[in-house]
Amino acid sequence: MELVGNRRTRHERLDATFAALADPTRRAILARLASGQATVTELAEPFAMTQPAISKHLKVLERAGLISRGRDAQRRPCRLEAKRLAEANDWLEGYRNFWEQSFERLDTVLDELKANDDIDTKGHH
Amino acid sequence: MLNTGTLKVTTPSPREVVLTRVFDAPRHLVYEAMTRPELVKRWFGPHGWSLAVCEIDLRVGGTWRYVLEGPDGRSMGMGGEYREIVPGERTVHTESFDDYPGDSVVTTVLTEHDGRTTLTGTVLSESQEVRDAVIASGMEHGAAETYDRLAELLLSLG
Repeated sequence: MELVGNRRTRHERLDATFAALADPTRRAILARLASGQATVTELAEPFAMTQPAISKHLKVLERAGLISRGRDAQRRPCRLEAKRLAEANDWLEGYRNFWEQSFERLDTVLDELKANDDIDTKGHH
Repeated sequence: MLNTGTLKVTTPSPREVVLTRVFDAPRHLVYEAMTRPELVKRWFGPHGWSLAVCEIDLRVGGTWRYVLEGPDGRSMGMGGEYREIVPGERTVHTESFDDYPGDSVVTTVLTEHDGRTTLTGTVLSESQEVRDAVIASGMEHGAAETYDRLAELLLSLG
């Protein structure tokens, strides 16, 4: 874990990543880029949005480190930076594991309570 | 609609995490299992961890305290105060970790439909430290950096 000594950076990165991912258009852009790099024009097409509007979203994604832009001044193709996304995913997965494993055990407890509850209910009638 | 047993985790805003899970049991039993210490001790915590301390003073202004003990003698303490209680339906409590600064406010809502209960837990963090406390507590991590995970992540956020 890189947590010790690099905590603040990690917080800030996760913060920027999740803020960038909070918008459905930006998630759709990332999903599109997962199948290969694309230019702003190509990205604007399926969204019925103007290029400046798309460019704004791309800036947010770029600042969050989720995409990078090519050097070619004309086209500046965008590509997905999978590493940052994986970091956000790892965080969510750690959290998910905690609760998934807890809730599986809770299911067992509930089965027992249900069985007892049935006996109690029948006992009262 | 969620299936029983499927946990959904979303991050609707940078400071929030929302957990949704359906249990095949009526609401009053889920509430009981989540608020009675002897029952909480039996399920709270990931594999390899046990809840060594579980104190719950279930009233507004009452406090709670959990200590999880894990592999290699590691432990993780947390606690807070109850702010709102609607028995069997809804609780609001604060949550903070011993080793990390910052508070979260956790709102737990239980709804019942056809004998099944949907639990919705909303964790609103005051700071990013609290979120990272969960990472730091020794849970398993996936590390693969593949595009496959993208679809999964985007789905979980959508």
